[in-house]
Amino acid sequence: MNALLSIDIPYWGQSLLRVLGGLVAVLLPAGTIVYVFLFKMMSFMQSRLGPMEAGPQGSLQLFAEVGKWLQKEDIQPTNADKPVFKMAPIIVLMSTFLLVVVVPFGPDAWFTDLETGIFYALAVSSISVLGILMAGWSSANKYSLLGGLRAAGQLIAYELPMVLAVMGVVIQAGTMNLQQIVVAQNAGSMFGIDTFGNPYVITQFVGFIVFMIAIQAELTQAPFDMPIAESELVSGYMTEYSGFRFLIFFIGEFATAGVFAMIASTLFLGGWGVPFAWFGWTSMDSVSNWMNVAGPLIVFTKMMVLTFLIMWVRFTYPRFREDQLQRFAWKILIPVSLANIMLTAVLKVMF
Amino acid sequence: MLIAQNIGFAIIAAIMIVGAIRVVTTSNVVHGALWLVVVLAGAAAQYVLLAAEFVAVTQVLVYIGAVMVLFLFGTMLTRSRIGRDSGLNNTYWKMGIPVALALFAAMAIALIDSFGSEKMPSDGSIVNTQQISDQIFGPYLLPFWALSFVLLAAVIGAIVLARKD
Repeated sequence: MNALLSIDIPYWGQSLLRVLGGLVAVLLPAGTIVYVFLFKMMSFMQSRLGPMEAGPQGSLQLFAEVGKWLQKEDIQPTNADKPVFKMAPIIVLMSTFLLVVVVPFGPDAWFTDLETGIFYALAVSSISVLGILMAGWSSANKYSLLGGLRAAGQLIAYELPMVLAVMGVVIQAGTMNLQQIVVAQNAGSMFGIDTFGNPYVITQFVGFIVFMIAIQAELTQAPFDMPIAESELVSGYMTEYSGFRFLIFFIGEFATAGVFAMIASTLFLGGWGVPFAWFGWTSMDSVSNWMNVAGPLIVFTKMMVLTFLIMWVRFTYPRFREDQLQRFAWKILIPVSLANIMLTAVLKVMF
Repeated sequence: MLIAQNIGFAIIAAIMIVGAIRVVTTSNVVHGALWLVVVLAGAAAQYVLLAAEFVAVTQVLVYIGAVMVLFLFGTMLTRSRIGRDSGLNNTYWKMGIPVALALFAAMAIALIDSFGSEKMPSDGSIVNTQQISDQIFGPYLLPFWALSFVLLAAVIGAIVLARKD
């Protein structure tokens, strides 16, 4: 936001804007995903109307739900380990906020422009596992503990294919910086045609599929929702949480879905950019300033498309069994993504 | 010059020392592991202060994201009691004090001997990720390969040990 719309903003103002922008970038997608997909699309797919009373088409239902959770009693089990119990949801949400800071929203509209961009994102996304394990253990409840352990096993198993799937993009772009990955896709060309840029969803299609499956598992959305498995474990590590602590877990779940979808759209769909050939841009410096306003909207649109895919799968498929899940990760996803890396590296050297 | 960095270093170092002491004095295994997370996160923060972005991120990914999660996973699976645990201290714990002091002395001598009063360059000579990879896959390729063979041996050894048939 250094030169957003060519207005000079002092450092404290930029910091304030970044904090506010971070809140918007986490909470707005979370709210939209819950209303559009969880309330309305799920209801449509199950032949019912969903919430209709609060506001037109039930659009204010979300505010009613938040109000309900906030005024609920904050129950903690007698035997629970209180400090750890209270800290766990905060760590899960913190990981979401740490994750959003690397997503670029425009040529100047970014929170931080880390050189290790995507590597950093993969690192901080693994912090949420800690929060989940803490929640499962501190609840002093066998179901919660089992849920926490399942979550940890699953998240470790699916982190590997995720890292390996990203590797293909990094090799092709030649950088881990998300901003430069965006530029590489939009300034590129396929077979000399630059009308569509070079979105990596085409060249890295295998990586894209593996990445989407891995984030489905990282988000513990069905069919990978064994940690919560309501028919076996009540509600897993979240069983003992109520009121605003449950609300934090809930926001964390859908906000992380949104942020992961933003990262996937940055890696594979060209992020905030449009193919630079449309406007005769060649590099980062020649991009017009108005992209700082259009960029966030483009990212948001791509994020909605990808979360639609995630939610579609979630509402469609039944749950995996624990051993099927592990076998799928280690015997299918990891070999496939390794082969993808090798192929990408060979092609990169050849061309 | 680097006043802000020094203040940051002092605060993080204080947090790390408190965390490290709590790791060994707490009466609950899981709490000990969680304090260890604080120490490791502090180390990552120190790397950020040293402008070693790649090392810091690797520290978070490897130690907090993988090693500590496995630690917690293991302790929760085996002895996950809530509240105080008795008999956590090994009877020979006093033996650890001279070992720790010797280790500290060895590291202090090595650091002072090799760097002396040399200071970090305060200008923009930041080592970036590309330079690190150029170093690893250039002059240090052989040690890198040796390390990966050691890791491979460890992985195969783990499978052999864990297999029952």
